[in-house]
Amino acid sequence: MKLTLKIWRQKDANSKGKMMDYTIDGIDGDMSFLEMMDVLNEELINKGEEPVEFDHDCREGICGSCSLQINGEPHGPDRLVTTCQLHMRKFNDGDTITIEPFRAKAFPVIKDLIVDRTAFDRIQQAGGFISVNTSGNTQDANSIPIDKHDADDAFYSAACIGCGACVAACKNASAMLFTSAKVSQYALLPQGKVEAVDRVQNMVRQMDLEGFGNCTNTGACEVECPKGISLENIARMNREYLSASVKG
Amino acid sequence: MSGLLKSSIARKVVMALSGLFLVFFLGQHFVINIMSVIAPDTFNTWSHFMGYNPLVQYLLQPILIAGVIVHFAMGIALEIQNNRARSVKYAKYKGGANASWISRNMIITGLVVLAFLGLHMYDFWIHEMAYKYIEVKPEDPTRYYAETVEKFEPVLRTVLYVISFGLLALHLLHGFASSFQSMGLNNKYTPAIKTFTKIYAIGIPLGFAFIAIYHHLNPITH
Repeated sequence: MKLTLKIWRQKDANSKGKMMDYTIDGIDGDMSFLEMMDVLNEELINKGEEPVEFDHDCREGICGSCSLQINGEPHGPDRLVTTCQLHMRKFNDGDTITIEPFRAKAFPVIKDLIVDRTAFDRIQQAGGFISVNTSGNTQDANSIPIDKHDADDAFYSAACIGCGACVAACKNASAMLFTSAKVSQYALLPQGKVEAVDRVQNMVRQMDLEGFGNCTNTGACEVECPKGISLENIARMNREYLSASVKG
Repeated sequence: MSGLLKSSIARKVVMALSGLFLVFFLGQHFVINIMSVIAPDTFNTWSHFMGYNPLVQYLLQPILIAGVIVHFAMGIALEIQNNRARSVKYAKYKGGANASWISRNMIITGLVVLAFLGLHMYDFWIHEMAYKYIEVKPEDPTRYYAETVEKFEPVLRTVLYVISFGLLALHLLHGFASSFQSMGLNNKYTPAIKTFTKIYAIGIPLGFAFIAIYHHLNPITH
């Protein structure tokens, strides 16, 4: 198929970027979106032009590296997939595809389509862990009985890959779905109870400090999340936070 | 606790609680107003009670005004902050693909409701304050029905009220259920809450619109 690509090009973090048009031909429907970008970059390199920079790593939908706002939606028009798992058969011959970086003040553009998502790392570092000494006599996690429903819910929350699609989709650039998933995965398990009060307060404080917007419950994040993280996580985080504020 | 007041979650809860309070007030307001259609004498009695009972006037009324101010001021402040969270906008943003128009445009429906409140206060509240405290006229428990019906004689005012009630319904359709999510209430009762809030969000504004149209079509003939 033949496509017209409108791609955000930006030399570096301090430069002003702009949308640029490219045409590309010979794209197979079985290619992934990133493979299509690879084809484009090979052509650009062969012509002596600067290739389009974009994030990617595993290309199996599990690492959270790839991003891209494709035709106005994070990870493109498909549901429950990352950009690397998005296939070109979702598009038609002759289509124009708009490709932009995830936009948020807390996700500044580094170059072209690559944004700095270390704000998520700092939120995680603020409390997204449990303090266990790895002294060699650590208790086996399976020795603590955990309700199956809680274990399942914690697992679903932990499925968040931290890609940032929730922020990109939200009209307010809110990071509440990400933060709530990271709070929830510990809040549901006994291992996480010990530091629960500090965890939620510290993570929410860091989230606010990073300059993300406020959640207005539109639900866009849940729809666009490639891992199907539920809005129930945000409600749980709100409960945890209010409870922690009263206790702490 | 000081950190709580600055946090995004606390702001959400303030919006939710003030919104729920206003939703509750709306229901109470409707029950009184529908009496102007069903039983004008009861409407007069209840209106007089609301207008002259010290508890309503000096406690509930200031709380209501504070609730309105907090809800709108916080809503506008949050909208400004949210806009700043994405300083460079998307060239193409497909908001409709993942969220309803209503949920994405609460500021628009909210500002229309705010403008309507201005008109409504001008129509009734300022008149009432002038009657009681500036002109210092004597108490008249029989005047409220006639005054209300008279207000809806002009077609323009009736149309403005009906349009505003439509926008209010849109605002409530997202806001009412959303307030429970903000307060952390997302559980097995959520589907039932969503159904109830939809019925309330459409039913109450529809009822208000009916009252306005009814009085417009049934003026008092002297």
